[in-house]
Amino acid sequence: MFKIVEKKDWHPTICEMWVEAPRVARKHRPGQFVIIRIHEKGERIPLTVVDKKPEEGLIRIIFQKVGKTTWELGTFKPGDYIADVVGPLGQPTHIEKFGTVVGVGGGVGIAPLYPILKGMKEAGNRLITILGARSKDLLILEDEVRAISEEVIVTTDDGSYGKKGLVTDALKELIESGEKIDQVVAIGPGIMMKFVVKTLEPYKIPCIVSLNAMMLDGTGMCGVCRITVGDEVKFVCVDGPEFDGYKVNFDELMSRLTVYREEEQQALERFKNAHPEIFAGVE
Amino acid sequence: MAEKKKGLNLNRVDMPRQDPKERIKNFNEVALGYTEEMAVAEAERCLLCKKPLCVQGCPAEVKIPEFIALIRERKFIEAARKIKETNALPAVCGRVCPQEEQCEEMCVLNKKGAPIAIGRLERFVADYEAKMGAVEKPEIAPKSGKKVAVIGSGPGGLTVAADCAIMGHEVVVFEALHKPGGVLVYGIPEFRLPKVIVEREVEYIKSLGVKFECDVVVGRTVTIDDLMEKEGFDAVFIGVGAGAPIFMGIPGETLKGVYSANEFLTRNNLMKAYLFPEYDTPIKVGKKVAVVGGGNVAMDAVRTALRLGAEEAHIVYRRTRKEMPARAEEIENAEEEGVIFNFLINPVEIIGDENGWVKGLKCIRMELGEPDESGRRRPVPIPGSEFIMDVDTVIMAIGTRANPVIQRTTPDLEVNKWGYIVADEETCKTSKKGVFAGGDIIRGAATVILAVGDGKKAARAIDHYLRTGEW
Repeated sequence: MFKIVEKKDWHPTICEMWVEAPRVARKHRPGQFVIIRIHEKGERIPLTVVDKKPEEGLIRIIFQKVGKTTWELGTFKPGDYIADVVGPLGQPTHIEKFGTVVGVGGGVGIAPLYPILKGMKEAGNRLITILGARSKDLLILEDEVRAISEEVIVTTDDGSYGKKGLVTDALKELIESGEKIDQVVAIGPGIMMKFVVKTLEPYKIPCIVSLNAMMLDGTGMCGVCRITVGDEVKFVCVDGPEFDGYKVNFDELMSRLTVYREEEQQALERFKNAHPEIFAGVE
Repeated sequence: MAEKKKGLNLNRVDMPRQDPKERIKNFNEVALGYTEEMAVAEAERCLLCKKPLCVQGCPAEVKIPEFIALIRERKFIEAARKIKETNALPAVCGRVCPQEEQCEEMCVLNKKGAPIAIGRLERFVADYEAKMGAVEKPEIAPKSGKKVAVIGSGPGGLTVAADCAIMGHEVVVFEALHKPGGVLVYGIPEFRLPKVIVEREVEYIKSLGVKFECDVVVGRTVTIDDLMEKEGFDAVFIGVGAGAPIFMGIPGETLKGVYSANEFLTRNNLMKAYLFPEYDTPIKVGKKVAVVGGGNVAMDAVRTALRLGAEEAHIVYRRTRKEMPARAEEIENAEEEGVIFNFLINPVEIIGDENGWVKGLKCIRMELGEPDESGRRRPVPIPGSEFIMDVDTVIMAIGTRANPVIQRTTPDLEVNKWGYIVADEETCKTSKKGVFAGGDIIRGAATVILAVGDGKKAARAIDHYLRTGEW
């Protein structure tokens, strides 16, 4: 059992928690994630570790409420327990001094991006960060990203903050402004990562992406997270979650994420009907 | 009790099972177990050989004639305890051991085609003891002051844990998943091994003083060196199994509707997806399911698919029935339940529809050629014989291999070219001082009872090492 010690709502649909998980906090490196199970009947889902305080045995998680599990987890309060938190899982990010690193984060993809950028900064890289959100109120971690980045460009789909448009527009503009970019790290929805890579392709700028595949055990045992990378099939949980963006088959990634769409909808509807109060006033 | 003089009784007592028509609608155990009368009747057939061969066939060294003699005297609880003197997992082994290749194969009555049903008797007394609430702890040796870490809580790990605890050592079992039991929990279905039985065996091992820490992936959450250098463990047993699934490497394996048997079974067994939406984990089984493989895992997967509502459930196997590695009993169960067996065919491609879902399995027909290194005749493809099976779900049950996470983070641990840990057959000692390994991680996917057997050897070797310091 893993105690929640602090909770913050970034938005009615985006939630942050600090959780007691001393073993994970001790070992976690940027790029790694945990699998959680919220209670005895829960499913196992992967979540990013955004930050940690090893001396206090705490890890920080941020998640978007999309399905039944994340909505239910959103009802947990400080003092409540998450049944299982296991990790850190996956390969840590390969961090070195590249020169100028551009971080591109979309939506809650900013959460896994932040610790990687922090590692890049600590390794002596110059950081430019592009953050994208649907609207201003869905933008997370802006201040923290600003604290480590030399420049931050915000884009919103509706133009409610920063530039109106997509992260790829801002990225293209940045490249065309003559900025010499040595490495890009892009994390967000599959479609965003796919187009970031497409944007970079003509300039041959290397790009790391972190994949949000479906997972079960998270230890290489089930293979549900498998994805074609180059000529090989890789397991995101043990071979990733980060890969060379140029080699990832994003269409396959996005397709595989829809396997249980009906069931996910069914579970969420059932939960909504049982707990309408949780959803009151949320669009 | 005086021995009755009588001729050989070759009427092996059948064990009642759920009716096939009923059981494919539920996940309850198929085999229903002996009644007291059945158990006594079966035990009466035993010749109580002076030099029992059955024992030689048991990797767990169970005192078979002794426990059978106690059943004859209706001393069922004593019989259970007699088994537990050497095997901490009788209710599990009585259910899932391939007795027909072990104790029962060695039984002298096997020559007449009617070996004593040792497995059924083992299971009967273990269940009887639990039902009576009479589970008793064996005598535990005085505390040695030594600490043993057991990595993995499958049958090998549980055995080491129990034996080491009885020998007086402090034992902590580390499990990567959220529940102890390893393959007994995630792999073997409820209808073959009810999870309450695994829980019962785990509770028994806890009662011996063993501690369990779940959600620890050794190699990631903590390394073996951390355990030995920072957490004070004097010896480590690695019993993590061979848990990484093998895919065929044919086109279409990343389509939706393709599962590894591990995924399919884990969703269902560990996560209880058959109870979705009461449990949160979903599972999808189509109308026509093909399970590729011929082992016990393939049987488990195909029978699970039927129970989840598949209209057609196929086994696709590249050799013939004779070469199938699955237990005869499980093949019969599957046949009774309506599983369709397709022999001498091998998948070459999985065909998808425009939305990325499986819509067919392209196979090629095979014929048997010369025997290969396994002694089985090698299947050879017949050119031009490709055809498409109309299926919407494909489950790959063609085996598993070593998961490299521990080996990668323990550089001084020797592994062979397949990634399995090199360990001494008699002592389970690895190349790293104080570290032992057993079960599937040293030999590749095998059986519960071989893991139990390794566990017993390892526990003895660990005890010796801890008491003498000799390596």
